[in-house]
Amino acid sequence: MIEKVIVAGFGGQGVMAIGKLLAYAGMLEDKNVSWLPSYGPEMRGGTANCDVIVSDKMIGSPVLTNDATAAIVMNLPSMNKFESHVASGGKLIINESLIDKKATRDDIEAYYIDANRIANDIGNAKAANMVMLGAFIALTGIVEKQSILKAFTKVFGEDKAKFLQLNEKALDAGSQAVLQQISKV
Amino acid sequence: MNKVLMKGNEAVCEAAIRAGCRYFFGYPITPQNEIPEYMSKVMPENGGVFLQAESEVAAINMVYGAVGAGGRVMTSSSSPGMSLKQEGISYIAGAELPCVIVNMMRGGPGLGSIQPGQADYFQSTRGGGNGDYRHIVYAPASIQEMVDLTMEAFDIADLYRIPVLVLGDGMIGQMMEAVEFKSIKPIELPDKDWITDGTKEIRQPRIINSLYLDPDELYAHNLRLEKKHALIESREVRFETQGLENAEVVCVAYGTTSRVVKNAIEELEAEGIKVGIIRPITLWPFPDKAFDEISDTTKALLTVEMSMGQMIDDVKIASKGRWPVHFYGKSGGLVPTPTGVKESVKKIMGGK
Repeated sequence: MIEKVIVAGFGGQGVMAIGKLLAYAGMLEDKNVSWLPSYGPEMRGGTANCDVIVSDKMIGSPVLTNDATAAIVMNLPSMNKFESHVASGGKLIINESLIDKKATRDDIEAYYIDANRIANDIGNAKAANMVMLGAFIALTGIVEKQSILKAFTKVFGEDKAKFLQLNEKALDAGSQAVLQQISKV
Repeated sequence: MNKVLMKGNEAVCEAAIRAGCRYFFGYPITPQNEIPEYMSKVMPENGGVFLQAESEVAAINMVYGAVGAGGRVMTSSSSPGMSLKQEGISYIAGAELPCVIVNMMRGGPGLGSIQPGQADYFQSTRGGGNGDYRHIVYAPASIQEMVDLTMEAFDIADLYRIPVLVLGDGMIGQMMEAVEFKSIKPIELPDKDWITDGTKEIRQPRIINSLYLDPDELYAHNLRLEKKHALIESREVRFETQGLENAEVVCVAYGTTSRVVKNAIEELEAEGIKVGIIRPITLWPFPDKAFDEISDTTKALLTVEMSMGQMIDDVKIASKGRWPVHFYGKSGGLVPTPTGVKESVKKIMGGK
């Protein structure tokens, strides 16, 4: 089992954060993981993305070059940039709150999540990233939700434990949203 | 489970601290800024010294002073900063002092870029400073390996009284992987009977210096260094090989680039093309002997680097003309791709 996922958005949307959570959760499940951030002279509001690999096997190159099994795109520039990076048959998870556009390829599976609205409804618009992560793990089953929750305080510190409940809700809501979409298809 | 998810830049610091490093001198430069950042927090917590120098030149000379006084010392930088440190490294090697230096390479020449590169191979292995000197170069391919090698590097530096360079790139510095800090087997180290920590009026003063005005004395010193280098070459070579038997093409790659090559090898194998790899773990001493394991039926060697081709010189020397040596690489901050490796292999094999 292997997932090679690109997580992309603008700085502040928490794309690096959910990438780290995913990698940490994979590690807790004794899988091999890598997390590779884009880095550059960008600042808040600029683009941010990371490549995350979670695999049962040893991980070769941590760089994803048009061989991603999935991409989570949080804003339009990310969708424009990374749709082509998904391998044929891969998954594109689109934050439709901010992306008013459909996937242009028909050889990949596209899922549309109204992540900002869903996050808002459960009480915190900042949790839109967790909604997207919830959709991703529900679709792929690459890690358990419990592992993400266990990773949460490891990545963000024990003092963030008070946000666990909200984030669990966000994961569940994302999972629900994507599963509804599958049943509709 | 004792694994933690860490950035390469942070993991290398943690490894150094656990290996007893208590002095860090450095100057910021991307993509290794997490190293001084981490050290500035953790060194004081461990009773050590973190000092941000006014320049790379100052930092390496602070290393010179601190190792001369007997400390376990590290500095770090990235390519253009490493150029500035070369004078100090030559002095430290000349004075036969141990230290650990980390270079997270970026694109060059000059200021180049801040993206990953491997274009400091010549600088790292040929002596970026003046004079007949060498230093050990470790080229880890994963964060775990970087941690393990860095922990050993301090002992190896002490054993031979020589600088050890841990050579990574922006990618291994910035990425996160699971790491475990295992305790290393301690090696028996000679007493540091050369350090200048004060005579306390019970011994003769010691002098640490790299200046020998008398030609005979300098020549004797050069011969002594040469003997030490030969000893290191005979004992400290490290490399990994994979699939050399019956390989049609053998790739040679180090560090993160070797991981790209391994992906390509797996994909080629699925297409029925057998390719092996030699991965030097020490760039100096270079694993010449690994090339003796290559079979006579191998058609060619392919050196893959994140540069315009530098290690290829050592590959040619080590393979002694027994096979044609080809090159595939990318630079400028671009990373070689498995597809690029595959295309190069197929081209070598005649468009099969």
